[in-house]
Amino acid sequence: MTTASPASIREAIGSIQSPAIDQVGVEERVARFTKRSIKKDSKMLALKLALSMVDLTTLEAKDTPGKVRQLCSKAMRPHDSADVPSVAAVCVYANLVKVAKDALKGSNVKVAAVATAFPSGMTTRNIKIEETKWAVGEGADEIDMVISRGHFLRGEYAYVFDEIAEIKEACGQAHLKVILETGELNTYDNVRKASDIAMHAGADFIKTSTGKIQPAATLPVTLVMLEAIRDYYYQTGKMIGMKPAGGIATAKLAIQYLIAVRETLGAAWLNPDMFRFGASALANDLLMQIIKQKTGVYQSIDYFSKD
Amino acid sequence: MKEKTETPVLKKKSVTVTAHVNGNGNGNGAKTDSRLAVLKTHKIYIDGKFPRTESGRYYVLNAPNGEALANMCLSSRKDLREAVVAARKAFGGWASKSAYNRGQILYRIAEMMEDRRAQFISELTEMGSTPKEAEAEVNCAIDRVLYYAGWSDKYQQIFSSVNPVESSHFNFSLPEPTGVVSIIAPEENGLVGLVSVIAPAIVGGNTCVVLASKTKPLCASSFAEVLNSSDVPGGVVNLLTGYREELLSHFSTHMDINATIYCNNNVEEIKAVQTNAALNVKRAVVHNNTNWMGEDAQGPYYIMDTQEIKTTWHPVGI
Repeated sequence: MTTASPASIREAIGSIQSPAIDQVGVEERVARFTKRSIKKDSKMLALKLALSMVDLTTLEAKDTPGKVRQLCSKAMRPHDSADVPSVAAVCVYANLVKVAKDALKGSNVKVAAVATAFPSGMTTRNIKIEETKWAVGEGADEIDMVISRGHFLRGEYAYVFDEIAEIKEACGQAHLKVILETGELNTYDNVRKASDIAMHAGADFIKTSTGKIQPAATLPVTLVMLEAIRDYYYQTGKMIGMKPAGGIATAKLAIQYLIAVRETLGAAWLNPDMFRFGASALANDLLMQIIKQKTGVYQSIDYFSKD
Repeated sequence: MKEKTETPVLKKKSVTVTAHVNGNGNGNGAKTDSRLAVLKTHKIYIDGKFPRTESGRYYVLNAPNGEALANMCLSSRKDLREAVVAARKAFGGWASKSAYNRGQILYRIAEMMEDRRAQFISELTEMGSTPKEAEAEVNCAIDRVLYYAGWSDKYQQIFSSVNPVESSHFNFSLPEPTGVVSIIAPEENGLVGLVSVIAPAIVGGNTCVVLASKTKPLCASSFAEVLNSSDVPGGVVNLLTGYREELLSHFSTHMDINATIYCNNNVEEIKAVQTNAALNVKRAVVHNNTNWMGEDAQGPYYIMDTQEIKTTWHPVGI
């Protein structure tokens, strides 16, 4: 343990009792989500809901202000049709927050910034805190932080807990999403443990992945995290949001995630305040399916804007 | 959910039970010397794999005398959707192969068809051709693949041009593949009809989704096996079986299909195809009253049906 933490926090960590996860049970449960038949009106509703939950994301070192502005206009008005909702947020690196904030002025679309040495998180606590404050100062409504997977895997849970708590403090009014990077946590038990630590430390959302590591979001991992959220809600009465990110590229898969949320947490979580998709290709597939539902004609990506 | 494990209702084909007495008198009399024929349940061909239709449906293919020959997949629009995704994915790689290489692969198809000559002849016979007709059709089909294999690196030279222009530009035009082509294959001529529309489309670098003849589909699934074993990348040719009236509108409206080829005589269907094609301005090619066994059912113009002419202006110094 490298950082001394207040006794109360230590106590809190001690009280986190993460149950062991039954891997076979989780995977069997998830297999059922993929077999629901969602058609016609319900499908249309689900597609629009999913679109309104998308965090349109561009996280590349080659990102330019121009690309971010283009992404923002796509976020506010994904398609010509009047009844297509805008997406939930635009997710960018902190140095492009200002550009996004300007472009989104007057709309309900939020700006999320990744911080804390995203995607690796390999730097000191102070630098992470400074980066978070900077991103918030630039105008970010939401901060997506990564946990220190190395410390977590070494069993230094208190370190991870303290870090999340301090970043939460640095966020001020901004919402905090905690990225567990489940692709590096190896077991469902670890995913559950990390989810519990993040929620107790003050996360508003827990998020599966950075999108830079494979595997990214999967249905089983998401189910484990949703169940952690449910147990935490029963324990404390606080509703924590969920964001699977990376690898969700099709409307069909997105609807399966919505089913998982509905059947694990209930309808109260089925809105953009409590559930998000971190994705870039998903928005266009949702749009193609929405237009397919409307016209009965299979669509081509050639007729939808890229960003 | 639809039940996907329906028991195939195959009629036993030529099962004869013969009793015969053993000469050495050891025994107890009757034995059977015949066995239950293993009839094939034909699958469709998407992305280089042989799935059953996602709908779980089938139709029974009958011989002209009413005998059930096989069960065929009754493909749904979702099978078409999957096939188009596969064809789109395969397009880039196939179009960028060298023309020479595409010719080699078509030649390989002809070789593999030659290997299966007996099978194709027996399938055509089962579906109503006389043995003589069947043999002629198989010969014609193999020759046709060979014919287009030969054209693979030659049609570009014939249909390209250097154009005279006023400015100091080197101006030239050349054909390029259209993209994903949907094909409603001829109802008659289960083999040569199929080959005559697929070969010119793929030799020109297109990928395709094909609906085989409803009444003569047996050769289609054997041809898919030929394609699968002859270096044609998965997704370049996708073969579905099913009802034309059910799939026609999706074959012609799908926005990710760039050209559609229709090979029958139904006037209303032709009109529907042409109207639907206007949706995304896809090429609509109609072959009606074509004698697919004839000499004029082949030619470089069949390749040009699914080519776009690209013109380039290249500045030149004086």
